[in-house]
Amino acid sequence: MSTPAYATTEAAVPTPRAAPARAGLETWRRFRRHRAALLGLAVLAGFALLAAAAPLVTPYDPVVQQLRDALQGPSRAHPLGTDFLGRDILARLLYGARYTLIIGFLAVALGLVVGVPLGAISGYYGGWLDLVAQRFVDILLSFPGFLLALSLVATLGPGLENVVISVGIGSMPFFVRLVRASTLSLREQPYIEAARVVGVADVAIIFRHILPNATAPVIVQATVWLGQAILVAAGLGFLGLGVQPPTPEWGAMLGEGRNYIFSNPNLATFPGLAIFAAVLAFNLVGDGLRDALDPRLRTR
Amino acid sequence: MLTYIVRRLVAAIPTLLGVAAIVFAMLRLLPGDPARVIAGLLATDEDVERIRHQLGLDQPLPIQFLDFFLRLLRLDLGTSARTNQPVMNEILARLPHTIELAVIATIIATIVGVAAGVLAASHHNSRVDYLISAATLFGISMPVYWLGLMLIVVFAISLHWFPAAGADEPLSVVLPSLTLAGFVVALIARMTRSSLLEVLRQDYVRTARAKGLQEWRVTYVHALRNALLPVITVIGLQFGTLLGGAVLTETVFGWPGIGQLLVDSIFARDYPLVQGIVLTFAALFILVNLAVDVLYAYVDPRIRYH
Repeated sequence: MSTPAYATTEAAVPTPRAAPARAGLETWRRFRRHRAALLGLAVLAGFALLAAAAPLVTPYDPVVQQLRDALQGPSRAHPLGTDFLGRDILARLLYGARYTLIIGFLAVALGLVVGVPLGAISGYYGGWLDLVAQRFVDILLSFPGFLLALSLVATLGPGLENVVISVGIGSMPFFVRLVRASTLSLREQPYIEAARVVGVADVAIIFRHILPNATAPVIVQATVWLGQAILVAAGLGFLGLGVQPPTPEWGAMLGEGRNYIFSNPNLATFPGLAIFAAVLAFNLVGDGLRDALDPRLRTR
Repeated sequence: MLTYIVRRLVAAIPTLLGVAAIVFAMLRLLPGDPARVIAGLLATDEDVERIRHQLGLDQPLPIQFLDFFLRLLRLDLGTSARTNQPVMNEILARLPHTIELAVIATIIATIVGVAAGVLAASHHNSRVDYLISAATLFGISMPVYWLGLMLIVVFAISLHWFPAAGADEPLSVVLPSLTLAGFVVALIARMTRSSLLEVLRQDYVRTARAKGLQEWRVTYVHALRNALLPVITVIGLQFGTLLGGAVLTETVFGWPGIGQLLVDSIFARDYPLVQGIVLTFAALFILVNLAVDVLYAYVDPRIRYH
């Protein structure tokens, strides 16, 4: 139980905690006006719902083989047809959405958890710490694009966890750069100097005063990276180095379907469409968030 | 200018060393005994020892590291575990194919991307602009491996216009290079559009309009030159995307470059070759960006004085 005196002081000072709720509402109001972004959000919500409710939507098992039904075209029983082992393609896509979304979110979460503090510390302290961190980021970024995740998977081996780790590390340098840049400019703000003069600990300054003000670009970047992470993870699956069959991961499905491209292009077309739709949706939401969170960055 | 180039070259050295160190660590971080992994399941203990010795894995780590670097300085990347050929020869035999693909894709991406971006910006908020913006959004969201497969379905299987795979015919390069260019076209178009829109709002452009210049002259002669500066950087950075995309594109089309060789080597556990190819990709990427920075400094003298 807190003393009434304490409570009064607390209430008298406008707490910064109230601000985020209002800012969130304002952001949502602006986001809502962005019709394409709303569409993206609806697509993602649809994917998430279908992934969660997959057993209710389809009677088929995504892994059990029905060789007699192999390579059928779309029909009433199998709306998107069946694959080379007679498995319902729609069922595999629905269950596969789970893997795609989970890999995307976990990988970006990993990139954020490591990248954001590293960027903030690097930008806040500067000096040799910054130098070392930035060299490290430069080195990681020298493995161009898809190659960083590919090299990591080549070392760690295939499988769900290793894909998450590889794609997550692949996204990390971008978050380090972004947060470092924000921190560098925030560090010079009078309110940060004030906090330092009053004797607030560095850790508190970084986590309570700098990072909350650097979230907008991070949220936008993280959304766009969700799409990128899905692309990269599915690319690894496509090569056969990601999540392994018979797991119905979209990239792995596309890789298997590739062998039937001459006779049954369905097998490759639908998983590709699903990846495309998910990435597009994340990009649309990212664009909408960019406009809503920071009107100055508005894409014209 | 020369000082600038030298300064940039020197700055690239620690990065290259770091890349080499990570590639060195790759083999040592393999789960289990790397020599046994490379030797394969059927190898005898003597085979494993021979490979361990061949890879220098029986030496203390610092010696291995020093040896790795000294050999690297002589451009010696070791011996392929699969073919017993020098890794350098294997790479050099395939590299021209990858470079051909990347260069053609870059040219396509630059021409189409800049043209689309200029078209969109000069018709800002018109139907053309919306159409191009939607198309570029599609372009950056499309999985390169899927785009490749769909191009094969349409242009190779249905229309028989181009070969579906390989590099044996002159027209073989068309579909892979279009596939590889797709993403970068979209990105360059977006960048050109926003950069040109930004420049078109500058005072000097208003002056140019005010003194009665025709609109096309204002856009193409006065604004575009400055708008293209940031686009140059993007093209350099996207060369990395192209190299990464080359791995996927080459696999889709059976294109005999080092990207496909990399995937094959990963499956064959030919780690010396994997290391060599990864190093080659990274070195190419660093060099291209160095060249872009120098070009940028040449075009925009302000850079040199920073």
